[in-house]
Amino acid sequence: MIAETAETFLVSQSSSERVRAAMATELGFDENLWAQITQEMGWQLTHIPQQYDGLGLGYVELCILFEHMGQNLLCAPFFSTIALGANALLVAGTDDQKAEAFVAIAAGESRYALAYSDGSRCWGCESVTAEYQQLDDGVIELNGEYSFVVDGHTADKLIVAAREPGSSGRDGIGLFMIAGDSPEVVRQWTPTMDQTRKLASIKLKGLRVAIDSAMLDMGNAAQHLDNILALANIAQSAEQMGVADKSLRMSVDYISERKQFGRSVGSFQAIKHKAADMMTKAEAARSAVYYAACIADEFLADGPMGDQLLEAASIAKAYCCEAAFFNAGCALQLHGGVGFTWEYDVHLYFKRAKAAQVSFGDTAWHKERLAAMVLEAV
Amino acid sequence: MKLGFTDQDEAFRDSIATWLADNLSGEFEKIRFRGGPGDEHMFFEERVAWEKKLAEGDWTCVGWPQEFGGRACSLEQQVIFHEEYARAGGPGRVGHIGEGLAGPTIMAFGSRAQKDRFLPKIKSGEELWCQGYSEPGAGSDLANISTKAKFDADAKVWRITGQKVWTSLAHESDWCFLIARTEAGSKGNKGLGFFLVPMHQKEIEVRPILQLTGTSEFNEVFFDGAVCEQDCLVGEPGEGWKVAMGLLAFERGVSTLGQQMLFQNEFEEILKIAKQNGADQDPSIRQRIADAHIGLKIMRYNSLRTLSTDSTDSKLKQAGMIYKLYWSSWHRNLGNLAMDVLGPQADLVEQGDYELTRLQSLFLFTRSDTIYGGTNQIQRNIIAERALGLPREPQTFLG
Repeated sequence: MIAETAETFLVSQSSSERVRAAMATELGFDENLWAQITQEMGWQLTHIPQQYDGLGLGYVELCILFEHMGQNLLCAPFFSTIALGANALLVAGTDDQKAEAFVAIAAGESRYALAYSDGSRCWGCESVTAEYQQLDDGVIELNGEYSFVVDGHTADKLIVAAREPGSSGRDGIGLFMIAGDSPEVVRQWTPTMDQTRKLASIKLKGLRVAIDSAMLDMGNAAQHLDNILALANIAQSAEQMGVADKSLRMSVDYISERKQFGRSVGSFQAIKHKAADMMTKAEAARSAVYYAACIADEFLADGPMGDQLLEAASIAKAYCCEAAFFNAGCALQLHGGVGFTWEYDVHLYFKRAKAAQVSFGDTAWHKERLAAMVLEAV
Repeated sequence: MKLGFTDQDEAFRDSIATWLADNLSGEFEKIRFRGGPGDEHMFFEERVAWEKKLAEGDWTCVGWPQEFGGRACSLEQQVIFHEEYARAGGPGRVGHIGEGLAGPTIMAFGSRAQKDRFLPKIKSGEELWCQGYSEPGAGSDLANISTKAKFDADAKVWRITGQKVWTSLAHESDWCFLIARTEAGSKGNKGLGFFLVPMHQKEIEVRPILQLTGTSEFNEVFFDGAVCEQDCLVGEPGEGWKVAMGLLAFERGVSTLGQQMLFQNEFEEILKIAKQNGADQDPSIRQRIADAHIGLKIMRYNSLRTLSTDSTDSKLKQAGMIYKLYWSSWHRNLGNLAMDVLGPQADLVEQGDYELTRLQSLFLFTRSDTIYGGTNQIQRNIIAERALGLPREPQTFLG
């Protein structure tokens, strides 16, 4: 049901033409379309608890939406606002923060971004180098730099990670909710090869905020940051599973129609076998996403299997991003010459697949985390 | 999608686990973890005795309907059975061809008399079976078989003449089910019959095939006018292909799901070695360990997806179709990882007379996983044609 509705809406509203129009702008999305998504479809409400005016559905339903957004390369601040912003609130928001922020998100009035990494090659808490300092009067001062912040230049609210001066690794981490438009927040769009998702760099120059901007467990929030990123990884995996699936379907359509040597190219075994490998990856990716989404639900409901969150997220992220890149690369090859043109959409999926793979923990980073887990366990 | 099993199913898990803990001990201790793929020639007599022990506890044929002596276990419980069997180190089953292939085929296509004659002795572990499909000229192209079945009107029996190959357990089996041409001059999947042939007769000769492992799990079987009673034809003459194809559907059934526990055992053995010999410090080995872990977990998620009935997932059939290609490729890579974790040690055999280590057997034997039961190339044809609707090859394995 959710899947059909999402597909019908996105096929018309996130068509190739609309995607190309949105991606060519610095803003990166169509404000009318965002209004339609939040006002008519209400997708931002999906997994927000009912007490905050949300629908209180599961992460599985949310991932079905992300899958279709990936399939149609939706250009909208949905990933940044929901997978990063809303999840950060769910995991680390105080009651007051949640009450205020969710109502604004539910109403479609707030767009969020999460800034934490300084752009070094690591993607965990180690990559937080911005600092916070608690001044005598309870005010907090934030200083530091962030890179690769999805929609960071356009969001009206930012959630930022910073650490106590002198701390390192997983120690001393705090999370803060700040407004995006303060003069001490310097934001710069950083144009990207994958134009369908916008990135920004952010500098905090002596930004002073009240203590109630601090989220839960200031100075000890590493676990929260891990969990937020894991939930975002699962959403991103769902998008990339959509990319893998769409790459397969575009290719099957094309090789069924395209004729050479008097027969459809899809009748050649060399082509068919590539398509079969693509389907194998897409289906395995789907299983990885569904399982991880179920684990996310367990985690959010404090269920007994919630402790698998980081493992399930790393499995899904590593596998789905590889599958998406493999399938998009095969799609490019199977389309032959036209796959190399700007006109055909294949390159948009190919670029998105690589951009996703190198963000929020690249494949090697997630695999290293998994290797450490399994070697520890035997 | 299910994350696990119901309380009732978990209670079933306890009952099989307890039975195995109580019974897979004493005289059977030495066959724990033995007799699996690559090791099928080992401890045969002990494993025959074990099969009967299992039968006494009603732990053979658990998925069969009650009218044929089974427990009518649900798909979930069958998976649990296979998981616990593997976890406990249950030895390679000598009765699996009868239980998983011959039995279900006889149930689906056999006469009342055939059911009464054959099923109880499969269930009890008294009669062992082998499968006569492949021939030297009919591998992936199974329909190209040339073994002939001729009805001897005087003796009122069928006479089977020809050669089968890659027949597991032929030298230990009491019966063989096979397909042969009932219509002289017929071609392809027409004119075939499905026969149940007793192996203990002088017109049948079994020759072991020496494999690259130095062992012989497979055989060539020569039929020189071998006798098959008139009432041991399943279905009508000419219907053999239909019956054989029905059987292949059973072959891709649930027994493959429990194998993931065997894979987990193998993987953990490799992890332990890596920690002992320092291979776990090598970043490239660590990446491959993660790959193996990811691959095995997703194999399980695929199975859970297939088992989920409450799912909105319309692509379950596709999840099933990728299974053989997926697990065989994964397992082959695991064998290779085992060697690279061992390093130079990988090359040293256990003993002088080419006695391979368990992991050497794994490494070598997993190269057959991507060949038997439909090669990876045939699997890709099937996926491309059946699931993706691409044009068909001239003649494929499944007709």
